[in-house]
Amino acid sequence: MAQDDSDRLLSLLADGQDDFVARWIRTVTSSLAGRLTPAEVQQDLTELYRALLVALRQGDTATKGEAFGEVRSLLTELSRNRARQGFSPTETASSLFALKEVLQSALVEAGDLATYARFCRVLDDLGLYTVEVHAKAREEIISAQAEQLLELSTPVVKLWDGIVGVPLVGTLDSARTQVVMEKLLQSLLDQNATHAIVDITGVPSVDTQVAQHLLKTVVAARMMGAECTISGIRPQIAQTIVALGIEFGDITTKATLADALRHALHRIEQNGAAAGIGGTA
Amino acid sequence: MTSGVGPVEESAAEEAPIVANADVVKARQMVRALAQQARLSLVDQTKLVTAASELARNTLTYGGGGHMRMSIVSRGGKTGVRVAFRDEGPGIPDLDLALTDGWSSGRGMGLGLSGARRLADEFELVSEPGKGTHVVVVKWAR
Repeated sequence: MAQDDSDRLLSLLADGQDDFVARWIRTVTSSLAGRLTPAEVQQDLTELYRALLVALRQGDTATKGEAFGEVRSLLTELSRNRARQGFSPTETASSLFALKEVLQSALVEAGDLATYARFCRVLDDLGLYTVEVHAKAREEIISAQAEQLLELSTPVVKLWDGIVGVPLVGTLDSARTQVVMEKLLQSLLDQNATHAIVDITGVPSVDTQVAQHLLKTVVAARMMGAECTISGIRPQIAQTIVALGIEFGDITTKATLADALRHALHRIEQNGAAAGIGGTA
Repeated sequence: MTSGVGPVEESAAEEAPIVANADVVKARQMVRALAQQARLSLVDQTKLVTAASELARNTLTYGGGGHMRMSIVSRGGKTGVRVAFRDEGPGIPDLDLALTDGWSSGRGMGLGLSGARRLADEFELVSEPGKGTHVVVVKWAR
């Protein structure tokens, strides 16, 4: 009985291929309101229909099975492209479900409800699969953007000969700290810098985690022989740090970036004079 | 909260889950917005936000995630912000030790809980091993 069903479905799908595909393309194109050209839709759907036919011919309706490998990879590509083009997951899945409507008249009129139901189940599974792929594609885009943002938001700038500055803005979590530290240490080396200024004017609140990350960054810079100053300590931040009980030890801190720069220049001058080679001024 | 005079009235209550690092950031932003609404000074806003940040991270790191509930409170003509954190984690076996400066069961500085107590005007910590932890801080506008 089941064998008969699938045979009938297969012969129907194969016989009516051109007609079904054409109607499918028409339905999908109109539902997407001209945001994809009929040619693009045609290419996607024709390939998909052919792969679907091949998969069903292997007599297996488990969409997670090997028979549907080709269908799944086509759907993955389709769903990813649509996600990138800004289509909603509903629109992508609906494109697939449109094939139900196309086949409905042919199967239901023939009184073949069982076959129709079975075919619908296959399409439902595949529709859910496109939603899953869509979500995954979006997540990948978001995490890629977060990474780009991380890079963007942590510039290391040369302030003077031998002095580099890191203006921090926003939240300082462990991932951010890692990027800041790597960039700062590398530029200490590249710029042959002896002073680093970490400016936290743009950090809205300094809690113990932020402080711990700041201290680690300073210690790492010191290990490379650079002096490190933390600037941009506003009144409310100073009071909060004191209330929290965080000790900055012998690390130099300044209220403004200008103060920190003046301090660094002064130190360079002192060192230069001590070495007997003259200051930078 | 039994200290102080008169009954405490509560308004503008909001709740948020604390289950990921991003929720700690979200919690800070929510607390800051409410502190501004309650007209706390910039210093008090920063203190409350920092305390909330510490407690939110404790909820996440040591409590295994939980909930934050914050509201504007008023008592005897004074206005303040109350922020409460609740988790169903392992609980704190020794409250005095946990509130000791520099002591941490994890890898932190050991100043979060004790620091939060100093940053807030009122502080309440209820915890029992196996029954989770409930921490409340209140900051009053001056």
